[in-house]
Amino acid sequence: MSFFRRFAQNRGALVGLAVLFVIVLIAIFTPMVSSADPWKSLGRPLTPPGAQFPLGSDMLGRDVLTGILFGARISLLIGILSAVVSALIGVTVGAVAGFFGGWVDDVLVRITEFFQTIPSFIFAILLVAILTPGLTSIVVAIAVVTWPPIARLARAEFMTLRRREFVEAAVLSGVSQPRIIVREVLPNAISPLIVMGSLTVATAILTESALSFLGLGDPNRISWGYMIGASRTVFRQAWWLSVFPGLAIVSTVLAINLVGEGLNDALNPHLKGRVGVQ
Amino acid sequence: MRHLGFVAGWVVKAFVVVLAITILNFFLIRMAPGDPAIVLAGEAGAADEQFMAQVRQDFGLDKPLPVQLAAYVGNVLTLDLGQSYRAQRPVVDMLFERLPATLLLTGTAYLFALIVGPLLGALAAMRSRTVFDSALMVVALFFYATPIFWVGLLLILVFSVNLGWLPPFGMQSLIPVSGTLNHVLDVARHLVLPALTLGLFYVAVYVRLTRASMLETASLDYVKTARAKGLPEWRVATAHILRTALLPIITFAGLQAGHLVGGAVVVETVFAWPGIGRLAFDALFQRDYNLLLGVFLLSALMVVFFNMLTDIFLRIADPRIGGNS
Repeated sequence: MSFFRRFAQNRGALVGLAVLFVIVLIAIFTPMVSSADPWKSLGRPLTPPGAQFPLGSDMLGRDVLTGILFGARISLLIGILSAVVSALIGVTVGAVAGFFGGWVDDVLVRITEFFQTIPSFIFAILLVAILTPGLTSIVVAIAVVTWPPIARLARAEFMTLRRREFVEAAVLSGVSQPRIIVREVLPNAISPLIVMGSLTVATAILTESALSFLGLGDPNRISWGYMIGASRTVFRQAWWLSVFPGLAIVSTVLAINLVGEGLNDALNPHLKGRVGVQ
Repeated sequence: MRHLGFVAGWVVKAFVVVLAITILNFFLIRMAPGDPAIVLAGEAGAADEQFMAQVRQDFGLDKPLPVQLAAYVGNVLTLDLGQSYRAQRPVVDMLFERLPATLLLTGTAYLFALIVGPLLGALAAMRSRTVFDSALMVVALFFYATPIFWVGLLLILVFSVNLGWLPPFGMQSLIPVSGTLNHVLDVARHLVLPALTLGLFYVAVYVRLTRASMLETASLDYVKTARAKGLPEWRVATAHILRTALLPIITFAGLQAGHLVGGAVVVETVFAWPGIGRLAFDALFQRDYNLLLGVFLLSALMVVFFNMLTDIFLRIADPRIGGNS
């Protein structure tokens, strides 16, 4: 069965893909097509959802719907960037540990375990606070706290593959070690890593939303977590301020998780239905 | 003797974690842009030169880096986490004041998740491919994708604002209640929503894990044997499948302890729960980094504590572990 057939067999994954497609379109095109300003007051504060504001207005009279549409970009951007950086750290650490073994492995495993034990969210808060909130510091912080599961997975894959004959053959024929790691082993270990990476995007979006909820978001860009956090003091009177941006986060994360499960079915047929929860 | 070794092992682990976090904290402060003294003091002493000199002296900031590090590690190991320059109080005092509230919250959520999650997961696995199973899996998938603070806000909207059943914030009523029993009940009522909020995400995780793990175990030979010798199905499910299937879940719960303690920051902020998470939020808001570093250290120690708890559960569930070590 082909990759696409296996993916399409998972109904949830198809739904997730469709939702994700729409969100990606919104993220790409909203700032290009729309001349609206999500920060601008357009009318009476705290107007319930209705004709003027489809999803209501916030305490400064800003349109919630505009905020949500513009917020898609930052959520996806941070989610993807953090997952990429996280995967780079995780795969490098895991590959080196699994491939070389011995004391290198010991040291790297200890470091990974340490990063997995520490309360990651508080560490992320500290990093963003100390590096001052912004796109870069948020991406760095999320990557620093999400790489350990990827490293563990990469290490396990590399350890098994290391003993396979094609790797031994490459070693004997004098191929350099970095080249073996990147060109021989990595392509064979890539499918579970892709699944894990896609799930990391979801985790990263959740973490970003929590950071901006606490007021640690990028101050120049509107984001869903920021919208909920900023309206926290009035959310009892104005439910729409927290409910709608929250729905945006949930749909995005849910869609990514579903796509991740579909990818898992398609890429690792022998592990069908056993997607790794982090 | 065996218990002594167990305790000693965890004391060593706690020590290593404290040491590592301390060194990490030390370098974090120096990663910040600008003068470490200003970072440590937050905005408290930005204008006061004499005050800044005091901070520099407290942390030995005028000495070479290795000396500074040694002094800092020495301070932390003697339980001196320095001053909160905002509150003008020792950080250690502030942390210990707030610790019981956080332990109550995270402990309740941890137990709630570890009991309810596997229970529901087992039920789903026993009724796999029924409406109950699918419905539960959809709910679990939903909570797995939901930001914790949003769950908290929705629970407040439903159960406090609309239904008026449970208090929306704080740990006890503003008007003190009389009698110990009433006080306990009062705190318990305040605990329900925050503990539920913090626990639901992990319930979702454990439901999914338990179901997968049980379905996998159910196909093993020894389970067929148990069925073949005529054991009733519920007995096979609980005594044979669940017990084995639980091991990866408990191990996983230990790994998740760090997330749980971190999640407490968000939950305590939403519910104004007077624990160290709320303290972290205030410290963040007031740029009181010395206090924030203290919260980080203490929460890491809490994770070690939860890991130890997990280890004890594991030994109860599987007597083979730690038998002869």
